[in-house]
Amino acid sequence: MPRRQLRVGNQWLYAGDAEKLLREAIRIRDEEEQHDKLSGHHVPWIRKYVFSTDHKWIGVQYAFTALCFLLFGFSLMLLMRLQLGWPGHSFSLMKLLGSTRAPGGILLPEAYNQLGAMHGTVMVFLAIVPLAVGAFGNYVVPLQIGAPDMAFPKLNMASYWCYLPGGLIMLASFLAPGGTANSGWTSYPPLSDIATIGQTFWLIGMVFLITSSLLGSVNFIVTIVQLRAKGMTWDRLPFFVWAQFVTSFLLLLAFPPLEAAAVLQLMDRVAGTSFFLPSGLVVSGRVLHNAGGGNPLLWQHLFWFLAHPEVYVLILPALGIVAEVLANNTRKPLWGYRSMVGATIFLGFMSFVVWAHHMFMTGMGTAISSFFQTTTMIISIPSVIILSALFISLWGSAMRFTTPMLFALAFLPMFGIGGLTGLPLGLAAADLHLHDTYYVIGHFHYVVAPGTIFALFAGIYYWFPKVTGRKLNETLGRIHFWGSFVFINGVFMPMFAQGLAGVSRRLYDGGIQYAHAKAIAEATNPFMSISAFCLLAFQVPFIVNFFWNAIAAAMGRRNAEANPWQATTLDWAATTSPPLAHGNFEVLPVVRRGPYEYNTPECDDSGFLPQHAELTRRPPAGGGGGLLPQIAAAAPEA
Amino acid sequence: MRDFLFQFMPPDYSAHGGQIDSLIVAVHWLMLVMFVFWGSYFLYVLYRFRGSRNPKPDYRGMRSHWSTWTEIAVAVIEVILLVGFSIPAWSRWANATKAETLSHPVEVRIVAEQFSWNVQYPGPDGVFGRRDPNLVTSINPLGLDRTDPNAKDDVVSINNLHLEVNRPAVIHLTSKDVIHSFKLPVMRVNQDAIPGMDIPIHFTPIRTNRGDHWEIACAQLCGLGHYRMRGQLYIDSKTEFAQWLKSRGPTRVAALAPPPVN
Repeated sequence: MPRRQLRVGNQWLYAGDAEKLLREAIRIRDEEEQHDKLSGHHVPWIRKYVFSTDHKWIGVQYAFTALCFLLFGFSLMLLMRLQLGWPGHSFSLMKLLGSTRAPGGILLPEAYNQLGAMHGTVMVFLAIVPLAVGAFGNYVVPLQIGAPDMAFPKLNMASYWCYLPGGLIMLASFLAPGGTANSGWTSYPPLSDIATIGQTFWLIGMVFLITSSLLGSVNFIVTIVQLRAKGMTWDRLPFFVWAQFVTSFLLLLAFPPLEAAAVLQLMDRVAGTSFFLPSGLVVSGRVLHNAGGGNPLLWQHLFWFLAHPEVYVLILPALGIVAEVLANNTRKPLWGYRSMVGATIFLGFMSFVVWAHHMFMTGMGTAISSFFQTTTMIISIPSVIILSALFISLWGSAMRFTTPMLFALAFLPMFGIGGLTGLPLGLAAADLHLHDTYYVIGHFHYVVAPGTIFALFAGIYYWFPKVTGRKLNETLGRIHFWGSFVFINGVFMPMFAQGLAGVSRRLYDGGIQYAHAKAIAEATNPFMSISAFCLLAFQVPFIVNFFWNAIAAAMGRRNAEANPWQATTLDWAATTSPPLAHGNFEVLPVVRRGPYEYNTPECDDSGFLPQHAELTRRPPAGGGGGLLPQIAAAAPEA
Repeated sequence: MRDFLFQFMPPDYSAHGGQIDSLIVAVHWLMLVMFVFWGSYFLYVLYRFRGSRNPKPDYRGMRSHWSTWTEIAVAVIEVILLVGFSIPAWSRWANATKAETLSHPVEVRIVAEQFSWNVQYPGPDGVFGRRDPNLVTSINPLGLDRTDPNAKDDVVSINNLHLEVNRPAVIHLTSKDVIHSFKLPVMRVNQDAIPGMDIPIHFTPIRTNRGDHWEIACAQLCGLGHYRMRGQLYIDSKTEFAQWLKSRGPTRVAALAPPPVN
């Protein structure tokens, strides 16, 4: 789809506030610098690096914390895979869990359930969402729209400082008597209502995490609406910003029901209420006296009303990152930018009316199931549109296979598998056989692991030079990519075979008790577990690469140019590793064209036209006239 | 495709299962076609448009809009799968037909608990006896009130579900503690057992076990024993089923009856 050509002097859709705010920020910074010079006084370390209000440092805080949780969630999964691959064997690694969970190195079923519940919770709420939204959103969005900071810097700080305690409470729950939450990441009552005290920690942790997301989402919406630079019209926004914008609305509207539900469940557990407990419950032979009048399905509706939009919270920022990396490395504009934006907005709306497709087995009649099947099929269409547009963007390109590009390219078929395998689950009749089997696990892991997490890796490799001034090592990056790509498929592909065989999820022994599941479980589980450990081995190059370069950058050894990927968006117009004192740009950038003007007819041999670059007519000397871009020195080196 | 998927899938011995399997096969065809189509396109593009072979990118990229047609095609196929397969199959699953309700189905109540399946047959009178949570004991896990006249002839069993071949079965599912999910892989049956709700499901088995080992699986995390919450499914011939019911009949019932209260 052809996009709007360069139209200088067009009506600008910008908020005057941005300019004012930037001037104010620069004035304050200058004053502070002056003050520091005169008094020899510096901004206290704690205000600069711990309770920072600068969106970039908050982004870095989010990124670091979330990556730690990502590794932690991954290691929980490794312990589960150890058990699934060789059920009931003793492993010295398991002894780490302590004698109450794994006496003699043999994992107990209740401990397996704890690992399962916390793997899901940590990965979704503590690792991927904070990394995709908190880290990338915080760092990149204000830079890409040419804003000096987020609209509400203190709210931003509060958001991080709700997230971290939430995470620490979740971690602390491992020490609770009876261990941590063990009712799955979905925490279905009545099981969760009668679970050990770890579940109470889980609920309190969730309240913190939800609050953090709510604070963040309001901030993003206001920032994107109010603080766009002059000339940054809606159709010039990088796709990543659009993705974050829609994501923020999903967070804002979907999380409050879960926050309410979490408080209700907390009351059930600590105050003796009975929101989710029906009458006549008999648990372990004892009548539960506080039970009565509640409904366990209420929780499922409230939970999935959040958790389905949450799926798109996991996906949309990833799609945004992939779009940025693809456009940059194909050296041409995205194909069908407008239909992609339209599809994203539509996806956002539709994601609120599909939640009950997680609940087909709760006794649904034909009318309701038809409604949710139909909405589910409808929501698949915008996903197909976005993915098709990304595939077609590759046509006619001059692909550079940089490490971020490899991850972004691998995202496409992997996310495709995840999306396609959602179809039989979205059709209720097929779901009758596949519901709550490993097919489901395979499906959503393809969406989130080789899908979203690969996109997040692409983003880390892509923006690392922006944040630190150093490029990550390409060789280590390639080892990381190819190893991860091979073994992540080794972990998840056999899950579809298991699911078709009808192997239920969340089985402590992987299903070897069951006649229909024994053969396939024994044939595939050891292979999947070995793949998982190989996957871990191939994360080592990344961890080394990341810390080596982060430390070198901290010591001031920079090796990357200001715009190492020859990118067009405004984030690369700002100084490398912009100073942590608000005010990202020395000179306010004025946006003159769309986000992906690579190899336009107007540009010269460099092959790209940054969004803010000024075009001046070349003096008619020598060869004929023509347009020569002069990259405006919007960002003099600090 | 059917052969490929059936390598993994358990056999199906229910009247409605054929519809479910056809849909699974059809939807996997759609998935395969889309994956192969976009996959070959992707591999070709990776080869054709790598920077070393195609150093000068094309600003406009793809001119043609054929992808719109593929998107429309996908939408049309999805509508066909939905309207032609899924909704009819679900409607048959969710609503018992007249024939099934009229042809004297085997009625069973299953009360799930951590971690077993309690099965209750109404007996010759066709009426389930009253259950009372206060009567639950280790030998009366259902809390069946044996003083209720309707309960006198009820047959109960634990983890053993016997049904009659070619006779519709109606199972009233509930749970007495947490949510479980009643899954019969060889019958393409799956239904959550939710405390406080009584959900009837129906299906017709079409083959006897003939020595095969069929099971009831729990498909919803229900606690530490979830992985071993396993029951046995027996599809008997008409005579075998009658014999089994009889063998579990009044004498056994008397043995199972709770000691008289007071």
